[in-house]
Amino acid sequence: MMPLRSPVPNNLSSRHRWRAGEIGFWLLPIAAYFMFPGYLILGSQILITGLFAVSLDLILGYAGILSLGHAAFFGIGAYTAGLLAVHGWGDAFSGLLAAAMVSAVCGFLISFLVVRGQDLTRLMVTLGIGLMLFEVANKAASYTGGVDGLSGVSMDKLFGRFEFDLNGQTAYLYCLAVVFLLFVILRRLVHSPFGLSLTGIREQAKRMPAIGANVPRKLIVVFTLGATVAGVAGALLAQTTQFVGMDTLGFPRSAELLIMLVLGGTGRLYGGLVGAAVFMLMQDYLSGLNPVYWQFWIGLLLVTIVIFARGGILGGLERLQELLMHHVKEKARK
Amino acid sequence: MLTHFLGVLFDGIAYGSLLFLISVGLSVTMGLMNFINLAHGAFAMLGGYVCVWAMSRLGLPFLVSLPLAFVASAAVGVVLEQLLYRRLYRAKHLDQVLFSIGLTFMAMAAATYVWGSSQQPVNLPDWLTGQISIGALQVGAYRVFLIALVIVITALLGYLVERTRYGAQIRAAVDNREVAAGLGINVNRLFTLTFALGSGLAGLGGGLGIDVLGLDPTFPVKYMVYFLLVVAVGGAGTIRGPLFAALILGVFDVAGKYYLPESGAFIIYGLMVFLLLLFPAGLIGRRA
Repeated sequence: MMPLRSPVPNNLSSRHRWRAGEIGFWLLPIAAYFMFPGYLILGSQILITGLFAVSLDLILGYAGILSLGHAAFFGIGAYTAGLLAVHGWGDAFSGLLAAAMVSAVCGFLISFLVVRGQDLTRLMVTLGIGLMLFEVANKAASYTGGVDGLSGVSMDKLFGRFEFDLNGQTAYLYCLAVVFLLFVILRRLVHSPFGLSLTGIREQAKRMPAIGANVPRKLIVVFTLGATVAGVAGALLAQTTQFVGMDTLGFPRSAELLIMLVLGGTGRLYGGLVGAAVFMLMQDYLSGLNPVYWQFWIGLLLVTIVIFARGGILGGLERLQELLMHHVKEKARK
Repeated sequence: MLTHFLGVLFDGIAYGSLLFLISVGLSVTMGLMNFINLAHGAFAMLGGYVCVWAMSRLGLPFLVSLPLAFVASAAVGVVLEQLLYRRLYRAKHLDQVLFSIGLTFMAMAAATYVWGSSQQPVNLPDWLTGQISIGALQVGAYRVFLIALVIVITALLGYLVERTRYGAQIRAAVDNREVAAGLGINVNRLFTLTFALGSGLAGLGGGLGIDVLGLDPTFPVKYMVYFLLVVAVGGAGTIRGPLFAALILGVFDVAGKYYLPESGAFIIYGLMVFLLLLFPAGLIGRRA
């Protein structure tokens, strides 16, 4: 006799099965490697930023923590990896691991400050911590290079064989492998019971304790995790560009990250990757224009998304449909 | 030593009252509409530019250009409230944050396009420059003017909120929007009026603040933290809360810059995180 299964695990296991569309999605960066060999440096940046956006999606899209200072962890990771390499520790993987651990510790400590408040307090605390770290990097110029940035990051050959070349081939494949690996882990995580409980907290934080969820502890875990992944993304940037600038920590980076995430759509992991790709390709394409114009169009895009297309393009289509239905009903009434 | 300290204290109070003037509108709109408006600094910037423009192009005196800054920012506030903000009062905080960041970016780009990216000069009238001595204390004439003006405006605001029908309606709507609407208060019009008043005060503060805060297209982002801080620490929806918070922040910021110049902006950010953790709901909770 077949053992009876409860519907919940069944549902869960079907949720985390890989769909054909997802496999197709991951074939794209591999295809890009062969089709656009001249754009691999941009490609690595897109992958890194995509991973960074996914890390924000984890805490914002899934757990609903409003953060305006996520670049802090990106910067911590970048400076950790960069400083290690500058001081002679050129091994990429252990550098990545070290960056992950440092940003995890920082994320864990800061998470206690973040989970306490409501939206406005969280926003202010994350913003304040981001700005403070920016000041640290600015004042500790003898270590971080200050506004000139940290240069002289030199990496060893990957596996002792593959040098980080000027075309960015090694860097691209290295980034792709790390990003894919982390994505698989995170994907697994958000489809686990833990991931579902995060969605529950986002939707109704007050009712979650009633079904036995320890809300602060879950938020601390996910915030630490988001910080860790952001740190890895920062470390990847430092290692592949062999430079760390103070803009890795700045408020504009946190704001742009939010923009990418909502452009792609929050709470669906892929939104971060898609948003980062679209945003950065657009930026690359429009970079011939004055940066001031770019800022204006980005602002306009953001206002438009929020007013007309909440939740990305799909959300916008739904609203349009509702509007049409409403009009039809009104006409029928007359 | 003591006079020096008093001078720093005085400068801090002047700085704090300026912060209060700009932020009080944000506090009321946040309390009234529960709207996180990161673009508030853009209204202050607009006021500043209108002020500079009125003085340099129209040749108006400083004191005439200030009301102009108020009117311009209030008018833009009304238009934006009617067209855009209104749609987002019931939206999630994330949407409000994104929307107002977008608006800020657009404002900064527009300011760069129209006025260029350099700092704007302000030519204060002679009677506002130089020093005034109060006893042994030498203080800047403009700081005295600033504090006096903010005291007058605060008194007027207090009267408006505590003693008039409009103020009673605001207090009712802050406490419970639905019930206030049920009692026949036109909440929508109240929101528009309040938003206009808040934006106008920010514009006035922006004009007054050119000499203290400077004015360039990065203004809304540079001081965003300060404005939000005043509201978050002071507690949204009151006048006294932001006043206290602004004075504390102003004094600490100025004192930090005088006595510990090495610490840079740490003092203000550290103070902010500390105060927010101690008083998550603001220094002065609103009494229902």
